[in-house]
Amino acid sequence: MSVLVFIEHAGGKIKKSSLEALTYGNDLAGLLGMPCIAVAGGKITNDALEESAAYGASKIIHLNNEKLHTFNVQAYTSALAAVAGEQNAKAIVMSASFSAKGMAPRLAVKLNAALADGVISLPDVSSGFKVRKGAFSGKAFADLSLSSDVKVLTLSPNSYKIVKKDGKASVEVNNYSPSDSDLKITVKEIIQATDKVSLPEAELVVSAGRGMKGPENWGMIEELANVLGAATACSKPVSDAGWRPHNEHVGQTGIAISPNLYIAVGISGAIQHLAGVSSSKTIVVINKDAEAPFFKAADYGIVGDAFEVIPKLTEAIKKFKAAH
Amino acid sequence: MKVLVCISSVPDTTTKINFTPDNKSFVTQGVQFIINPYDEIALTRALELTEKDGGTVTVINVGDATTEPVIRKALAVGATDAVRVNAGPRDAFFVARQIAGYASNQNFDLILCGRESIDYNGAQVPAMIAELLGIPSVSVCKKLEIAGKTAIAEREIEGGKEIVECPLPMVVSASEGMAEPRIPNMRGIMSARTKPLAVVEPVDTPKNIEVIIYDKPKPRSEVKLIAPDKVEELVDLLHTQARVI
Ligand SMILES: Cc1cc2nc3c(=O)[nH]c(=O)nc-3n(C[C@H](O)[C@H](O)[C@H](O)COP(=O)(O)OP(=O)(O)OC[C@H]3O[C@@H](n4cnc5c(N)ncnc54)[C@H](O)[C@@H]3O)c2cc1C
Ligand SMILES: Nc1ncnc2c1ncn2[C@@H]1O[C@H](COP(=O)(O)O)[C@@H](O)[C@H]1O
Repeated sequence: MSVLVFIEHAGGKIKKSSLEALTYGNDLAGLLGMPCIAVAGGKITNDALEESAAYGASKIIHLNNEKLHTFNVQAYTSALAAVAGEQNAKAIVMSASFSAKGMAPRLAVKLNAALADGVISLPDVSSGFKVRKGAFSGKAFADLSLSSDVKVLTLSPNSYKIVKKDGKASVEVNNYSPSDSDLKITVKEIIQATDKVSLPEAELVVSAGRGMKGPENWGMIEELANVLGAATACSKPVSDAGWRPHNEHVGQTGIAISPNLYIAVGISGAIQHLAGVSSSKTIVVINKDAEAPFFKAADYGIVGDAFEVIPKLTEAIKKFKAAH
Repeated sequence: MKVLVCISSVPDTTTKINFTPDNKSFVTQGVQFIINPYDEIALTRALELTEKDGGTVTVINVGDATTEPVIRKALAVGATDAVRVNAGPRDAFFVARQIAGYASNQNFDLILCGRESIDYNGAQVPAMIAELLGIPSVSVCKKLEIAGKTAIAEREIEGGKEIVECPLPMVVSASEGMAEPRIPNMRGIMSARTKPLAVVEPVDTPKNIEVIIYDKPKPRSEVKLIAPDKVEELVDLLHTQARVI
């Protein structure tokens, strides 16, 4: 029996969100008294893969078939299901990335497994298998009881702390070759903005709303984000108006995020906006209206004009960074 | 082209969420229900595609009779006909089984869903339907074009996007950008009353997941206000107190 962790990589390195999943998978394996096995696919070096042992994997399986060099949801589902069978996996863990979220439900169906999507903490296995996830778009949590023999869990990014260990494990190549019926989708093009911090995974986020008046004023938001090493986000009307791309829109109908720090500039704090960001660990609100509802959901607030406060804040953070 | 659009009936986005005293279920009293916002996007794209190339748009919902106003709204927006599977949507697998069961002998070219329902937030139903039917799926799709029997879809990935090509039939889950939701007009609302709405009974489905309790996040403590000319104080607090920088 084992716990499998599906790990993803970008730029030749295991993604941070997958290291979270590995730490989680290892802790879960500890609870269940089973080894934790990492599984990766695509082009990646053994050195990079062996890094996963430092997060608890006792073995690393590399799906190295050429047909798995791009992520194809059906092919990966079948490959993972095959590995899960070989390793007698009782739980399969992965970060709730876009690709994994598209795959986990298929895998759950294939394996007759219950699926908990976006879990935020380790399960309680004292009697049965109970696990917590967000529900109602951040307005609530749900505790689920999973009763199938095999379970599939996707881990909400930024909800589990990465812990490094001393570990060594070797890579085992698996040549699983997907069948043609699993290869109907062909990837034509991947367009990636590699220099930017990805929003769902970001630990720090600077977000701005209609209070910024227009897209021409985003320079100061981006500068603040740059200085912090943060991702940028926005409210819905901002992306609707085309001031910012849709993939920056956070909230109930956008991306739900839970960074360590969320700085909201010129955002009123509508219930739909709060739904997607209220699980952020620390919230800072900058708004010129002291009555803005967002202040009720914030840890720190500045009542002031963003156009004056943001440049000052950026300078102060620059100074802080230089001193630390 | 024959399109199936899966619509979920969800609490209006302004709803304050409350649970029954035993924390086992969501209190629906006084709550306004709407078509899940992503499903509205999916429905609109389905209408645009069939208006261009001809075809029909069927909407399906798994829900009890209380969801019919939401289904009628989808008909008012322009769907051809509707199906309701007469059962509370117990969990994602249950819903997917009902929809896959209905779709299995109907030869739909395309099944469109929303990327996730804003109540349960599973983002599970679409890919489960696809797996049950053994057809491809594209999740969190931001653009969808169909040429003949082939789809070109743009899906979101971390920090970017991926453009894929896929033969029909397939399942696509719609995200923002695919279409701008339409508002029904008077003629649509009138004609929706007489459009066919079939009610079918659910198929038995094994159960392996259950919500034990719901729970609300703890409220934050009172906000600490910092004067606008004291930004250094904020930086210091973020470092020493919140420990986030
Ligand atoms: C179905 C539905 C779904 C929705 N989903 C989402 C969602 O997912 N995400 C989302 O964000 N919204 C969502 N909304 C929209 C939401 O209801 C609000 O309209 C929106 O969040 C408001 O955006 P905003 O705060 O940027 O703009 P506004 O509400 O206009 O607020 C602007 C704020 O900027 C402040 N301000 C103005 N000038 C300055 C200045 N110089 N300095 C500092 N502050 C300034 C103002 O005091 C004000 O508080 C949804 C709405 C509906 C109906
Ligand atoms: N009860 C339901 N009836 C019909 N379609 C549904 C139902 N629940 C979910 N769906 C579809 O599946 C999508 C994803 O839902 P979920 O997996 O619950 O996040 C929704 O956007 C709908 O398109």
